Amino acid sequence: MKAASFDYVRVASIEEACQALADGGEDARIIAGGQTMIPLMAMRLARPSLLIDINDVSELAGISVDGDHLVIRAGTRQYDTLASETVKSQLPLLADALSHVGHTQTRNRGTVGGSLVNADPSAEIPLIAQTLDATIVAQSTRSQRTIAASDFFESAMATTLAPDECLVEVRFPIWPSENTGFGFHEVSIRDSDFALAAAAAQTTLDGNGKCQKLAVAICGASPAALRLTGVEGTLVGGDLNDDAIKTTCANIDDLIDPQSDVHADAAYRGRVAKVMARRAISDARDRANGILA
Amino acid sequence: MSEHKITLTVNGREMSGHAEARLTLVDFLRDVLGQTGTHIGCEHGVCGACSVVMDGKPVRSCLMFAVMADGHDIMTVEGLEGPEGELSPLQDAFWENHAMQCGYCTPGMLIATHTLLQENPNPNEAEIREAIGGNLCRCTGYQQIVEAVQMTAKKLRAAT
Amino acid sequence: MPDTNASPEYRYITKKRRVTEDRRFITGRGNFAADYNMPGMLHVAMVTSPYTCAEIKGINAEAALALPGVRYVLTGAELFENINPLLSGLDLPKVKRIPLAHERARYAGEWVAAVVAETRHIAEDAVELVEVDYNPIEFVIDPEEAMLPDAPLVHPQHGSNILCDKTWVWGDVDDDFESAPHSLAFRARWSRCSTVPIETFVVTAKWDEGKEVLDVWASIQMPKYPEQIARALSLPVNAINVHFDVDVGGSYGLKRGIRQTVIVSYLTRKLRAPVRFNEDRLENMSGGEMHGPDRIFDMEVAFDDDGIMHSLKIKATDDAGCYPGRAPLQLGKPVSAIVGPYRIKSASYTAISVTTNKTSQEAVRGFGQAPTNFAIEVMVDKVARKLGIDRDEVRRRNLIRADEFPYRIPSGSEYDSGDYHTVLDKLQESAGWQELLAKRDAIRAEGKLAGLGISTCLEPSGGNSSFEPFFNPKNDTTTWMESCLIKVDMLGSITALMGTSTSGQGHETLLSAVIGEVLERDPDTIRGVHAESLGALPSNSPVGSRMAIMLGGAAAGAAEKIKKQLLEIAAHNFQLPVDRLIYDGGDISVDGDPDKVMSWNLLIDIAHRQYHKMPLGSEPGLQAQHTWEVPTGGALPAEDGTVQMYPCYAFEAHIPLISIDPETGQVEILDYHMGHDCGTVLNPDIVRGMTFGGIAHGIGAALYEKFEYDEGGQHLSGSFMDYLLPSSHEIPHVEMIKHYTPSPLTTFGQKGSGESGYLGAPAAIASAVNDALAPLGKSIETLPMRVRDIEALLNGQIE
Repeated sequence: MKAASFDYVRVASIEEACQALADGGEDARIIAGGQTMIPLMAMRLARPSLLIDINDVSELAGISVDGDHLVIRAGTRQYDTLASETVKSQLPLLADALSHVGHTQTRNRGTVGGSLVNADPSAEIPLIAQTLDATIVAQSTRSQRTIAASDFFESAMATTLAPDECLVEVRFPIWPSENTGFGFHEVSIRDSDFALAAAAAQTTLDGNGKCQKLAVAICGASPAALRLTGVEGTLVGGDLNDDAIKTTCANIDDLIDPQSDVHADAAYRGRVAKVMARRAISDARDRANGILA
Repeated sequence: MSEHKITLTVNGREMSGHAEARLTLVDFLRDVLGQTGTHIGCEHGVCGACSVVMDGKPVRSCLMFAVMADGHDIMTVEGLEGPEGELSPLQDAFWENHAMQCGYCTPGMLIATHTLLQENPNPNEAEIREAIGGNLCRCTGYQQIVEAVQMTAKKLRAAT
Repeated sequence: MPDTNASPEYRYITKKRRVTEDRRFITGRGNFAADYNMPGMLHVAMVTSPYTCAEIKGINAEAALALPGVRYVLTGAELFENINPLLSGLDLPKVKRIPLAHERARYAGEWVAAVVAETRHIAEDAVELVEVDYNPIEFVIDPEEAMLPDAPLVHPQHGSNILCDKTWVWGDVDDDFESAPHSLAFRARWSRCSTVPIETFVVTAKWDEGKEVLDVWASIQMPKYPEQIARALSLPVNAINVHFDVDVGGSYGLKRGIRQTVIVSYLTRKLRAPVRFNEDRLENMSGGEMHGPDRIFDMEVAFDDDGIMHSLKIKATDDAGCYPGRAPLQLGKPVSAIVGPYRIKSASYTAISVTTNKTSQEAVRGFGQAPTNFAIEVMVDKVARKLGIDRDEVRRRNLIRADEFPYRIPSGSEYDSGDYHTVLDKLQESAGWQELLAKRDAIRAEGKLAGLGISTCLEPSGGNSSFEPFFNPKNDTTTWMESCLIKVDMLGSITALMGTSTSGQGHETLLSAVIGEVLERDPDTIRGVHAESLGALPSNSPVGSRMAIMLGGAAAGAAEKIKKQLLEIAAHNFQLPVDRLIYDGGDISVDGDPDKVMSWNLLIDIAHRQYHKMPLGSEPGLQAQHTWEVPTGGALPAEDGTVQMYPCYAFEAHIPLISIDPETGQVEILDYHMGHDCGTVLNPDIVRGMTFGGIAHGIGAALYEKFEYDEGGQHLSGSFMDYLLPSSHEIPHVEMIKHYTPSPLTTFGQKGSGESGYLGAPAAIASAVNDALAPLGKSIETLPMRVRDIEALLNGQIE
């Protein structure tokens, strides 16, 4: 399983990366961690003509807080993101989800940006980006632009990123921590496999324990991660009791469009996606109430 | 397509070779630099037989092209032993506990557990299983590997 | 019966001892087949068929050959003209197999042409340039459909898709069913899976024009490998030199690789350069033909009100894939323990081997015993459930008792020894059977499903060729042997040669411990070595869980001969009969006269340098060889198929506790207890490790692993992304208890343990899952029991 031939260039800045993309033609690709790209190349399912290596671009790595946003530069390793105290305290949902991403070794190389660009319908990082309405900043020689997560993920393995654009950073809104809790559940066959279905939820309760704000999304049961805006609308204002969550989650059939593959059929994915949503919302509520760690 | 000159520090020694961009790090280590201790099991990043340490962290060397590693620091299984061939406590514990059978996944297991112990000298069983969770073994059922790591941690704690 | 391993007290064997081979593996100095570099070596990559079945109209290699660095493109047509077809275990003269597809490609992924280039990279580039003109034709995927009269034929010249369809009846089966108060029937399914080593098959062949010898380095585990190469290439066997000292990165039965080997051997002679084929994982999972049993069991059992089983009918329909290989024979070996560890007095067995347009099978660890044990244990649990008797109790009532050994089963095999009830007692006590039941019930009370499983199974060991004539009476072979040659050198160290390869079983360690035991010399002074095939004595290779028994026996036999030679030298020099002498640690003294002693060093010096002090007519030097036929072997099956299959029977019992998430179908193994009795254990760490590994293989087969095909015959599990191997997260900690019932047939009472764990774990996990489902009135009889299979079964039934 040896890759087809390609040219290689290592760049030192975002500007250089964008220039190389612009000059490289339609089959030029940026390579960061390579944890998904390289297996595809080994199987000759991906055949870039040029790989632009951004691993040395220091301005593409880093985690910071910018006002009420947590900003993760696109080339930040999943390992560093998982280990970051900032992420753990400001975006515990992302930290929790990241522990399900691959293995230690793949997290040492894989990047947050790489996972977003890959847009696997079962992947955790795109799910969290959708859940929290992240915005994605992309740059090319032509311009820099900001894309809402809901506009970024188009379909399975497809984003609206232009071929000459390089991902720069992803910005997650930070919710006030008081009475806020997250939930994340996924079903996978083995511990570290891609999710057959997963759900992420975050909620803030008001002083009376009622749901003030709720974000829920599922993945694995649709071409891209799906925000359950209907569920959110139904549950906001209520007390997020078990019955309400269960009933609401049971009724999302017309939204989901799961696929069958060798690991699970569409019907299975659809059923368990609802279960994951229910469990994630329950955990979010319990964490917001301080009864779950 | 062009050849690149690649220079790595491998087990403390600078080593160079030439390779096409598409040559993976594992192929470069094995076929160009002659370090055949690192093994290939799948070439698509699942089995972990190709694990090496890069800049202090365990990575899959089949999921990197050698050019990408140019200028970086690599440790392979060959680098675990001392300068006179003295076995490291971890290697010795693997032997004492017979933490292998065919030996094919063993270099990767040693890399994964070596780096675990560097970061966490007192891992519990779940942490050990997590550290080797990306290294597949078809011979041992993992248990004697876990026991070897536990023995090493105990030995290292006793030594300090 | 003994509770400890050491009885009587041994010096070296049975004691903890570091495994010699480990030394090179922990330092990355193993000699695996891909580690050898040879100047001028060429590399092979395969052109594979994308169709489930297609005629090959033509192959155009022009563009491929024009690529710089490409040396050759070999087709099936060329091989067909130049080599002899490969052997099959069945008498199927019209089904000829050559290593590349010829005229017809019969499964998706079959190797159609071999491209040879200076690097593997260039070879793969060239593969994409080879143009094959295919004409897709009809195919059959389902084995039961393949048996229907109008099914497309995989081998039209054979006239049917049935490779064999035989029934054997042992005892009064019909009468026993007639007279029994109860019977039940069900179908169980063991899906296609395999033991999938982490190293693929790798072979390098180098034709030495000067000596006219073919050198072969391969990751091989195969009886008669040099012979089969010779036969295919029409070379004498003494023109083949297989380097058995290549370390094999796991095999578990699979690495026969004769097609791969014949391809590179043919090419090296043609191209006059060393040629290597190192399968990549995609080639390995489809074209490598290392799939395992793929079996439908139709089971019937007759029993009485107490749960005593009187008679058993097994029909096993096996989907062999498209060529026979070892698949049909893999239906035969389980006859060696066809009634399991139970006192069932009559049995019938129908074995049907069917071709379909899928990858062919290869021998997998246990050679069909694990699937058969699974079907038998599902049956026993069903008997228990039907009568409302505890599953462990039903087993106790049916298990052969310790005082009944040796015990002859209806199919003719005699179980050498056993103490099944004691092992089960010890296991249930150590595991805390009642506590585990309570734990299970507590989990159920919390809303999850939980089950406690039990299996009691046999591991026939020692090997034998008897399943060959059993299936194909024309193949009247009864020889099944192993050899060892020992040399004591002039300075007193010892070298022992084995004539076959090793894939993790620690044979070098076995040799040094066994020989050290017999000669009473420190095993650290004894080196086990793999001879090359030109220098090797007859061997049947480490298959059939046989080497502890057979290599151990051959080594002990050769060591006894050395000891005898030493005693004769001493007797001659003392001028006393041998029975007046005491051998102790290699020194020999006169009984009652301790001052009269000849040391090991002195004796060796005489043997090597002082012929004038040697007994008359003796051979100079100190060396001996022993080749040993398998105990109880050497007989052909009777008319009705009764025959002693394997000599020794190890026993294992498993008790796993599992929980199931009722909404997702995920199974979690919470506790795993196992009891194991393989007689005398020569090296405790080796046996323990192999058993844990076998359990891991078994958990994989039970919950995760399947080679999945779609309706169009496309193989969906061709990489590790789709064929899921269990990791350290999926394999639990196992608590193992041991018991030691020696075999009367072997040198130290050792039985085999090469398949331990694998033969009982799938049955035990199935038992646990079915226990978890039982309160819902549901059951599952198909492996693997994946999350989606369990969830689908539960769907709609849980609030």
